[in-house]
Amino acid sequence: MRRFKAFVVKEFYHIFRDTKTLIILFGMPIVQIMLFGYAITNEIKDAKIAILDKSKDHLTVRLSDKILSSGYFQLSEYLYSEAEIEEVFRKGEVKQVVIYDKQFAQKLERDHQAKVQILADATDPNTANTLIKYTSSIINSFQQELAFGNPTPLTIKPEIRMLYNPNLESVFLFVPGLISVILMLISAMMTSISIAREKEIGTMEVLLASPMQPAQVIISKVIPYLILAFSNAIVILLLGYLVFGVPIRGSLLLLLLESILFIVMALSMGILISTITNSQQTALLISLMGLMLPTILLSGFIFPVENMPMPLQLISHLIPAKWFILILKSIMLKGTGILFFWKETLILVGFTFAFTFLSVKKFKIRVA
Amino acid sequence: MGKTIIEANRLSKIFGSFTAVNEITFMVKEAEIFGFLGANGAGKTTAIKMLTGLLSPTSGEAQVAGFDVYNQTEDIKRNIGYMSQRFSLYEDLTVTENIEFYAGIYGLSRSRIKEKTSELVQKLDLGKVQNALIKSLPLGWRQKLAFSVAIIHDPKIVFLDEPTSGVDPITRRQFWELIYEAAYQGITVFVTTHYMDEAEYCDRISMMVDGKIQALDTPELLKKQFDASTMHEVFVKMARPHEKI
Amino acid sequence: MRIIYYLVKKELLQIFRNKGMLPIIFVIPIIQLVILSNAADFEIKNLKLYFIDNDHSAFSRLLQSKLEGSQYFMITGSGLGSQNGDAAMQNDLADLVIELPRGFEKKLMREGFDKIQLRINAIDGTKAGLASIYASEVISDYNREIRDRYGASRSLILDHTEGNKIEITYSNWYNPDLNYKTFMVPGILVLLVTMIGAFLSSMNIVREKEIGTIEQINVTPIKKHQFIIGKLFPFWLLGLVELSIGFLIAWLVFEVPFIGNIFLLYGFAALYLLLILGMGLFISTLTQTQQQAMFISWFFLVVFILMSGLFTAIENMPVWAQKVTLFNPIRYFIEVVRMVMLKGSGLFEVRWHILIVLLYAIALNGLAVFRYRKTV
Repeated sequence: MRRFKAFVVKEFYHIFRDTKTLIILFGMPIVQIMLFGYAITNEIKDAKIAILDKSKDHLTVRLSDKILSSGYFQLSEYLYSEAEIEEVFRKGEVKQVVIYDKQFAQKLERDHQAKVQILADATDPNTANTLIKYTSSIINSFQQELAFGNPTPLTIKPEIRMLYNPNLESVFLFVPGLISVILMLISAMMTSISIAREKEIGTMEVLLASPMQPAQVIISKVIPYLILAFSNAIVILLLGYLVFGVPIRGSLLLLLLESILFIVMALSMGILISTITNSQQTALLISLMGLMLPTILLSGFIFPVENMPMPLQLISHLIPAKWFILILKSIMLKGTGILFFWKETLILVGFTFAFTFLSVKKFKIRVA
Repeated sequence: MGKTIIEANRLSKIFGSFTAVNEITFMVKEAEIFGFLGANGAGKTTAIKMLTGLLSPTSGEAQVAGFDVYNQTEDIKRNIGYMSQRFSLYEDLTVTENIEFYAGIYGLSRSRIKEKTSELVQKLDLGKVQNALIKSLPLGWRQKLAFSVAIIHDPKIVFLDEPTSGVDPITRRQFWELIYEAAYQGITVFVTTHYMDEAEYCDRISMMVDGKIQALDTPELLKKQFDASTMHEVFVKMARPHEKI
Repeated sequence: MRIIYYLVKKELLQIFRNKGMLPIIFVIPIIQLVILSNAADFEIKNLKLYFIDNDHSAFSRLLQSKLEGSQYFMITGSGLGSQNGDAAMQNDLADLVIELPRGFEKKLMREGFDKIQLRINAIDGTKAGLASIYASEVISDYNREIRDRYGASRSLILDHTEGNKIEITYSNWYNPDLNYKTFMVPGILVLLVTMIGAFLSSMNIVREKEIGTIEQINVTPIKKHQFIIGKLFPFWLLGLVELSIGFLIAWLVFEVPFIGNIFLLYGFAALYLLLILGMGLFISTLTQTQQQAMFISWFFLVVFILMSGLFTAIENMPVWAQKVTLFNPIRYFIEVVRMVMLKGSGLFEVRWHILIVLLYAIALNGLAVFRYRKTV
């Protein structure tokens, strides 16, 4: 046990001597959470639009006002002919053009029919789709406004309540995602590198030649990173809570325990990576190239998993971060207890055992 | 012997509060085998790095091959070879690829590179392993190859930093044969070592203790001066003057 | 020039010799391109709807079938009582819950008006916003239908304004089917090439420092710029090859249209790669261990990737964050790829992008040459 402690202490020395890495380890997640908490959002806000108003009557002016004051849109410019549309799109700034028919008000009042055309730059189809939906819904409610004063019969009015995140803050969605991505990469990357490094320098052989069990050697290498990653998680949670008001509605203890589980899982993955590689370079590339984009894209961090095609949804089951994000959302935002996510928890435990088992197997083959 | 090719005058290197090299003064003549001796940490590597232009001195003066170590380092580099303490060959390249690479970055012509490669392979008897990766070769072979690569561009001086550490005695002998050969061809050899028996092979040696040169002479004169029968004795007497052997 | 040739040759030999690295450099990115390009679908469909019908009337059943019939919703449960709906939402079995009160039909017939409650899981704000728009759309459709069916029998006179209709037509330019792969494939390709380039180059010099071979190179008369160019070129080639494979996949597998001039795009990509590699080499000269180099490039890449405008639009960001993205090289490449590939923009329209990336590349490579010290 004393020997074990000495090993852990040695690992800590390694980490704390290397101030550059330490700064990165702590500073960067903080910078990231601040940056992303404020900057990344998939809410539409102030999207630049252009208006081609061929009518310029009291109704089109009112409707334009309504569209522009919704907060979703910002006027980039008025166009005067259809020929300008192509040009304005190609310049790239304007995302949508709204076109009113000639004699809009007149037609609406006389023929009960008038046309609005919406053109969206669909090189970004997600944004285009959302913009069109927002615009149509504004126009629809404008229509209802016009009819006001004459209460229409047989009307159901939906009363909408937004649960868990009434102000629709996208940071609520991103904080759990960021925690997972950062913990995943830091834990898996740090361990795989530090073990690969000892192999590369040759000190691993010295350690293994010591009277310690190989498992002890590995565990002692991993413990400091567990502590580091855990303190990182706490810092991010605190920032999320203090700066962005992301609540923790469920049990804090449970949240911390689940975080430790996830970190251990990521560490065991790092160990597995290091057992199959010989150089830091390969270890790094596997953990970065192999983990970075899949963790960002398939975990539900940014893109909802249920929108993905079936094969991809199946693949996403293999992304541990996906399960952790579900757990985080449940505890932090819904305030539910373990009953609601015992399955996800078990899956993470399963991953941990699988990675550990595989590394032990790999390791034995190597030693034998 | 010929003219002076390395000249150092009160050359010092200070790292923070630690004086690694303390006002060393010496000169080395052309085609000489100059031994730079001292215990680990005596400042040998620091001194060699200043002379090869890898490290800027803190104070003092030095000229290598007629060029100043402060502002003519690139000219120095054109005229020297260097074999560092750590592996200077790429382990993931083969013998011939290493030779070709170093010859290439020294600017040797294509035909000259070919010539040199076959010459080296023959001389070092590496024919069978010329396409093997360096990491598969025993340490002694690698060191011999590293030395040959360090003088592939026929420099005026070659600096060797602990070239034989960790190598078995037989290979060490072979290594020194290579050094003699180089010196015979007119290359000045500046070699650091902490093996005192190797010191006997040098024309002149300097003894470095704690960043200072304590003695500098031929091995015979040093032994006489310290009343010792081997260089090892000389060294112990000098490093720990109050101890009895 | 010859010196650079030998450096480049040595780098290429090392890259291709490392059997563990090659699959990472070529296979992983390609698999990821094929798989991940399918992931980035924001389009919301099949929202999970929990329908609580406390009324069980003709009216309520009509609403249910209307909701079921729309492409947006998928009824995953129905039952009585709000608590079931809440539980479904907590278990992630429902994205929204619609509850019809008891006596819904009666009240509607008597008073011509009723409210129904819609509860939406708003953790993902955008999704929630769209869900509410979709639901309102279906409900106003439903309103129209019951008016047509029952309105006349109740002899209500329709106000003439009721007949007024603003007809909305829309079209999606450059990508009429809203195929998000058209948008994602080139973007993800850019990310992958960037990551490979940045990681390989940032580990490269520092690796030689760790192994010790850098000293041997530093005592040669090699010039600083020769050294950096010798390091830059192999990875530049690698990146261009990788990019070409990626474009081929985009074209053959995903049938991404290619409207603009391919040479313009290649030219820009070549320039962009110089920038990324310069950044990597600069990081490499700054650090002592591969671990440090990796962490620094990892940090910048995560920031650059998430703020590139690929996953979340830059226009949605606050103004200061939009300014920050001006320093994000990935942003420029993604913009240019989209402009040239999908919109057919020409040299003139991307001139600023070219200029900025050029200056950026010169600056970073200059810094790398400057920071690379042959003497300690």
